[in-house]
Amino acid sequence: MAIENLVYERPEAFTDTPTHYCPGCTHGVAHHLIAEVLQEMNIVEKTIGVAPVGCSVFAYNYFDTDFVEAPHGRAPAMATGIKRVMPDRIVFTYQGDGDLASIGMGEIVHAAARGENLTVIFINNANFGMTGGQMAPTTLPGMKTTSSVNGRDVETQGYPIKVAEMLSTLDGVGYCVRRSLHDPKNIRLAKKAIRTAFETQARGLGFSLVELLSSCPTNWGMTPVNSLKFVEEHMIPAYPLGDYKVSEAIKQIKV
Amino acid sequence: MQKEVIISGFGGQGVLFGGQVLAYAAMDTGKQVTWIPSYGPEMRGGTANCTVVIADHEIGSPLVKNPPLVIALNLPSFDKYEPLMQAGGTLIVNQSMVDRAAQREDIHVLMIPCNEIAEEIGDKKLMNMVAVGALLSALHEVTLKDIEKALGNHLPVRHKHLLPKNYEALARGYGYAQREWDKVPA
Amino acid sequence: MPKELWKGNEAIAEAAVRAGLEAYFGYPITPQTEVLEYLSRRMPELGRTFVQAESELGAINMVYGAACTGVRVMSSSSSPGVSLMMEGISYIAGTEVPAVLVNVMRGGPGLGNIAPAQGDYNQAVHGGGHGDYQPIVLAPASVQEAIDLTVLSFDLAEKYRAICMLILDGPVGQMMEPAEMPEMKPIQRANWDWATDGKMGKRERRVLSSIYLDPIEEEKMNLRLLHRWRAIQENEVRYKEYFLDDAEIVVIGFGTAGRVALSAVREARAEGIKVGLLRPITVSPFPHKIIDELAGRVGAFLVTEMNSGQMLEDVRLSVRNRVPVEFYGRMGGVVPFPDEILNEIKRMTASKLSVDANPRDAWLDRMARI
Repeated sequence: MAIENLVYERPEAFTDTPTHYCPGCTHGVAHHLIAEVLQEMNIVEKTIGVAPVGCSVFAYNYFDTDFVEAPHGRAPAMATGIKRVMPDRIVFTYQGDGDLASIGMGEIVHAAARGENLTVIFINNANFGMTGGQMAPTTLPGMKTTSSVNGRDVETQGYPIKVAEMLSTLDGVGYCVRRSLHDPKNIRLAKKAIRTAFETQARGLGFSLVELLSSCPTNWGMTPVNSLKFVEEHMIPAYPLGDYKVSEAIKQIKV
Repeated sequence: MQKEVIISGFGGQGVLFGGQVLAYAAMDTGKQVTWIPSYGPEMRGGTANCTVVIADHEIGSPLVKNPPLVIALNLPSFDKYEPLMQAGGTLIVNQSMVDRAAQREDIHVLMIPCNEIAEEIGDKKLMNMVAVGALLSALHEVTLKDIEKALGNHLPVRHKHLLPKNYEALARGYGYAQREWDKVPA
Repeated sequence: MPKELWKGNEAIAEAAVRAGLEAYFGYPITPQTEVLEYLSRRMPELGRTFVQAESELGAINMVYGAACTGVRVMSSSSSPGVSLMMEGISYIAGTEVPAVLVNVMRGGPGLGNIAPAQGDYNQAVHGGGHGDYQPIVLAPASVQEAIDLTVLSFDLAEKYRAICMLILDGPVGQMMEPAEMPEMKPIQRANWDWATDGKMGKRERRVLSSIYLDPIEEEKMNLRLLHRWRAIQENEVRYKEYFLDDAEIVVIGFGTAGRVALSAVREARAEGIKVGLLRPITVSPFPHKIIDELAGRVGAFLVTEMNSGQMLEDVRLSVRNRVPVEFYGRMGGVVPFPDEILNEIKRMTASKLSVDANPRDAWLDRMARI
């Protein structure tokens, strides 16, 4: 009988729910990293998640924590309401780029400016996924979407918004970084960042946000492998990876 | 019983507080009362006014179209309310701030030099209390004693040292008004 | 507690505090800003939550979040701000969480003005946001009533897991009247079986959402709301009657319009006219039953509002053309004086009224002559 080595198992912080995400989509990877971090920090029991509107609207199906479902873009406001009355709970939002950087720009900027002790996981895949691949504020110049069929024309459709850079200018922000999910090395770095973000909240060190460059093979019209290549070759040059703000206190955190 | 009072003047003349003192006195003596300020763009720079309704039954409208009792602390208020007054009503005019006589003959108009009286007491800001004192000569449901008690009961502690001068202003206004009434032919 | 002189807006704020308000989220807008200002001082001194949000959208969604944890939470705004909140209100209704909202109404539509008006009646009683739901709407006419109804609104919101909205016109918010505050109620977090306040090792996870992707499931939820609404209609109707016993004409008005009508009714009574007043306190659920009863024994109704006749339609629904219904309204922030309503009462006693006339059209024609 061959010896079987267990190389993967569902994190306990996950429910037993089959994924609804498309093959090759990196939402699943991001969910997995969050679940692992919640479990490793032993905070599943006291975590309340806030799901967005977009592909990850059903994020609440996967995590074995309490969850609420926000109106489009309002997750940071809802999370503020929860965290302010339940300061000893861990509250995080999980938002895509349409949700956070378009309709919810007001809510995210002000939650960050107030230094709300929340963690935001921000998925940047350069389009509105759920509605079928329309242009998002993060769509690259020249990139074709169903609402920029000739490629995003910055003259008429504006320039991409660099969320991590922008929010890092706010004094209320403790931790603000950008990572990518396109290969194992970067996924490991992303997990470390997610852990640091939740540690930031657990220690009351202010607003924390991890922007994750993600793929969207279905709407980009690419194979999963090519879409990961697209992230590496086109997204990263436009959205450089890095630590945009790490407060002194957070630098001391060892994860 | 129901009495309606409008107090009107420039912002800063203590219009709203003058009305509140009346309202406190009415409340402390067990009456129903409403106090409502004019609010809105009118507040910025122009005339400020408040309406106080005192009654012994549940008060309906907190606003009044033709008031029987008015304090006009400046000329624009005099101009505005003289024509609106109920016939037979009493209009207390701050003589220090107007340059004309009353036009209507079917209302009682008492000209009171509120600013001068307040300055004699040593605090120009008390002119509103002088006017309220004068008003009491025509509003018999609230007495000078009621107002004094109300001030004592409700003035914030940090302002309590101002009480004696407030009492003096009320009494001087009341006395001046009484002498004006004495001049009215029976 | 002894009576104190309270300004309506501040009285609402303090009453909410005493009812166990744990969190307030708001945004400045005239004429309700005193609620926000008062609570910005009061809530932190009690160690409770106050946040001035970035917008009414932010505020209502903070309310939504806090409501999901089961604590007593509220916001306040005025007409244009309430319009912005409608998204969140619909979500709160769809998620079946309790929340209290105060609307100190102003003249509109649009930016309008900050003068007193009742133009948001339809928006409030019909929900205002998208989807099938009905909020509980209370319309205080005095400072004491504003206090009592604020306290009640938290109980009703929790009892029915619903939005409870107070609609005030400017005078009720800006007016000072002697009023008695309730005793301070200590914060007692209820152990709701629906709240998402963290599993804390004690239970299975909970999800609060307004999504029901399966239409059958959504319909079940719609039915649940409707059954709850029927119970609200049966149990929670409130109104105040004045001089109705021998009344031949009944005036109906809420809020400040109701108060102004009271003055007019008293004057008419002094002139020997048999007129009474019905002042709805809950405008949703609407006091249909009493009006239905009155329609069987009085000669006519006069509906008076500070809008173009929005509640008028609810009255007509109860009267069902059995007796004439007349209307008198002022709009745009104009508060009627008692003599205007008195004139209407006198006009009604002096003229032959018809059940066939459209009361709004007739009023509009009379307004054109003003």
